[in-house]
Amino acid sequence: MSRYEVRFGGFGGQGIVTMAVILGETVSLIEKKQCVQTQSYGPEARGGATKSELVIDDVEVDYPKVQEPDVFVAMSRAAYLEYVDGLKDNGILIIDEDLVEVEGDLPDGIKIYKIPATRIADVDVGVKQATNVVMLGALTAITGIVTPEGLKKQIVERWPRFKDTNLKALELGLKAGKEAVPTSA
Amino acid sequence: MPKRIMFTMGDIACAEGALSAGCRYFGGYPITPATEIAEWMSQRMPELGGAYVQYEDEIASITSVIGASWTGVKAMTATSGPGVSLMLEAVGLAVMTETPLVLVNIMRGGPSTGQPTRGQQGDVMQAKWGSHGDYQIIALTPASVQEMFDQTVQAFNLSEKYRTPVFVLADETVGHMRERLVIPDKKKLKLEYRKQPTIDPSEYLPFKPDDDLVPPMALFGSKYQFYATGLTHDERGYPSDKEDVQIRLITRLNDKILKNADKIIDVERFMLDDAKIAVISYGTPSRSAKKAIRDAREQGIKVGMLRLKTVWPFPEEQVAELASEVDHIIVAEQNMGQVYYMVKAFAAPTPIHLMTKPAGMPQLPNEILDKIKEIKSI
Amino acid sequence: MTESVHVLKHPMTKYIREDRQPWIYCSGCSIGIVTGMVARAIDNLGLDFHKTVVVSGIGCTGRTSGYFKTGTYHTTHGRAIAFAEGAKIANPELEVIVVSGDGDIAAIGGNHLIHAARRNIDMTVVCINNFNYGMTGGQFGPTTEHEKYSQTSPRPIGNIEHPFNLVKLAASSGATFVARWTAVQARRGTRSIEKGIKKKGFSFIEIIGACPTEYGRMNRLGDGLAMHKHLLEVAEIQNGLPPHEAELDYEKRIVCGEFVDIEKPEYTEVLREMQRKLKE
Repeated sequence: MSRYEVRFGGFGGQGIVTMAVILGETVSLIEKKQCVQTQSYGPEARGGATKSELVIDDVEVDYPKVQEPDVFVAMSRAAYLEYVDGLKDNGILIIDEDLVEVEGDLPDGIKIYKIPATRIADVDVGVKQATNVVMLGALTAITGIVTPEGLKKQIVERWPRFKDTNLKALELGLKAGKEAVPTSA
Repeated sequence: MPKRIMFTMGDIACAEGALSAGCRYFGGYPITPATEIAEWMSQRMPELGGAYVQYEDEIASITSVIGASWTGVKAMTATSGPGVSLMLEAVGLAVMTETPLVLVNIMRGGPSTGQPTRGQQGDVMQAKWGSHGDYQIIALTPASVQEMFDQTVQAFNLSEKYRTPVFVLADETVGHMRERLVIPDKKKLKLEYRKQPTIDPSEYLPFKPDDDLVPPMALFGSKYQFYATGLTHDERGYPSDKEDVQIRLITRLNDKILKNADKIIDVERFMLDDAKIAVISYGTPSRSAKKAIRDAREQGIKVGMLRLKTVWPFPEEQVAELASEVDHIIVAEQNMGQVYYMVKAFAAPTPIHLMTKPAGMPQLPNEILDKIKEIKSI
Repeated sequence: MTESVHVLKHPMTKYIREDRQPWIYCSGCSIGIVTGMVARAIDNLGLDFHKTVVVSGIGCTGRTSGYFKTGTYHTTHGRAIAFAEGAKIANPELEVIVVSGDGDIAAIGGNHLIHAARRNIDMTVVCINNFNYGMTGGQFGPTTEHEKYSQTSPRPIGNIEHPFNLVKLAASSGATFVARWTAVQARRGTRSIEKGIKKKGFSFIEIIGACPTEYGRMNRLGDGLAMHKHLLEVAEIQNGLPPHEAELDYEKRIVCGEFVDIEKPEYTEVLREMQRKLKE
């Protein structure tokens, strides 16, 4: 895989930073590819829109920040509006359909996937805090940037105490991702 | 215990590097974007039998580090620009009393409170000239999480070897980004320890240098007695207002760094062999430059980079040699131009082009690429 | 025929760097007396002198550390306590003594004083209070009394500000041992310094001293002898008095004694306990 850029946006408390970190851990430690994770800091990370990013490559990642994301996962309206700019032509937009509506102009050829991650976590998993893991599952199924096995391994490694909940969230997210049908803007 | 291989932040890699180097004392004060170093140390230090001490301000923090160092313990502090401004008094004291210590500056936007969560490289000259008086300093500029570890180890080695404070100057992006960190096996790390006196205590002169210009350092609690003072002192350590004592001391304090510059300085020559244009950069902007250079090479432009991993002592010879090889030099740094002036001093008459960026993001790769193309067309 | 000359040496000479003599202090200054008190306290306790560290800051009293024949350090202005904290925490086996002046300890170093007291780090701070900045030529400082004259608090008003009472400051900051004596009460002062050194915790001993060259001259207090005689006259011993009643009125009444002697967990001991627990 050549340079691939992932952006996550949402509000504080959704685990936006954790999503990029655990994905980065999977890429870096389990799948042994190069990657760099960065995030937004400061007042904007509390309550407002928060952002976390990952650059993945087979070779050394030179410039560490995301410039034109190949995929943007938007989990709040504020984050969608703030960070949708720069999405690559023919890129992928994944939104939590209960929280985000597609607004404004998008670049050409964008594939939009709508995943009710918060609802799945709340209703099917029974733990709203697992929303980010549901979304990671969907992202994995849609993009294939990591293997489900790799992600599973890292989730167990990171949260041994909450293994069952998170693995359930991951399974439901993978399923939602697999079943989601992309639309265009 | 952290794992040997981690996906972690530059700040944490720095802390682990310090611990691997044998650092067992951290005196600090919380400040963005260096707080993660303090937080990590507060957990790890007591596990390893060391101390994390949170002081009332940065002045106390670094002065306590000097105190700890004189007991023989490797000691450090970490802060950002506003904290460094307060610490510079003690940097001078550490230089004057030849105290090994490491000062990490995770650089943020300034002046004053500036932009706490945004990176900048505005403190390069501050590191060199910030404390009053004539002195030399060592400052290292890592550009990745792994280098945060490696160069922090190196900072301790240099501080021990030359009995001097050493800066790790990292921009916020390097401090906060996460990448893979491989902590080398302890046996494979080459660690330096300060020389201690071996002669009879009655003959010990605390500031009499060996041939390498560095005096052996007695410690508190040892059989050696000594007086260390920030006042100009003779080889006995006694204060003196004599001209020859001042000249001898200041010359030696400068020379012990400058005459060992070739052993201290570390640079990376990237795609320079056939280059007609060279970028000089360090820290995060050097990573933008790498991408720009790779893209430019694809377009057939012969460009490379001299990446500074050491900014002080300044790599004068390396820059002068580069200037004789290339037609143009671009200096890309995340400030209004600081290393630029040093390059100008040693690269003339080769044309030097400055790319400034006094803001929270480094130069973007395409911005550097555009500059390369613009210069190519001159 | 040769005659051997028996040279009488001061009994404390063994602790002092003779090659640094003569002292820099003016005649009539109290700092030499207090240096003797510290040396006698060390001697009386039989401390391992190699394990003793003497630290001071800037100023006349700041020069004290340089006369002791052990590991000594002369910091920048106000930072003696901060330096001493690092040394003590990094090596708790050391006996750390800070000797410095009122300007160094309570003005520029005031923040370090109150926080070291709050942390309760085991060290002994001997603060010689001579009511002014002597070395720079006699300017008012944090302990100069209201309306007293100095090079920067001239006539007709004198000092516009009000002084710190260092006993109250140290006690309310959390010091576990606090005493005040004048320089003429050398034996009592020495005993308090001994107690301070023995105390596992932050000890603060204020010694009221005379600066006849600057403060005495500007406030017409007489020469060194007259000033020390005055200290003897106005010193009022009130051991055990609550520290907030330890008043200091230079002209009339200087309350002396030991005011605080309490037990509290000490920083380096708690840290070692934490290190032990983490090892288990």
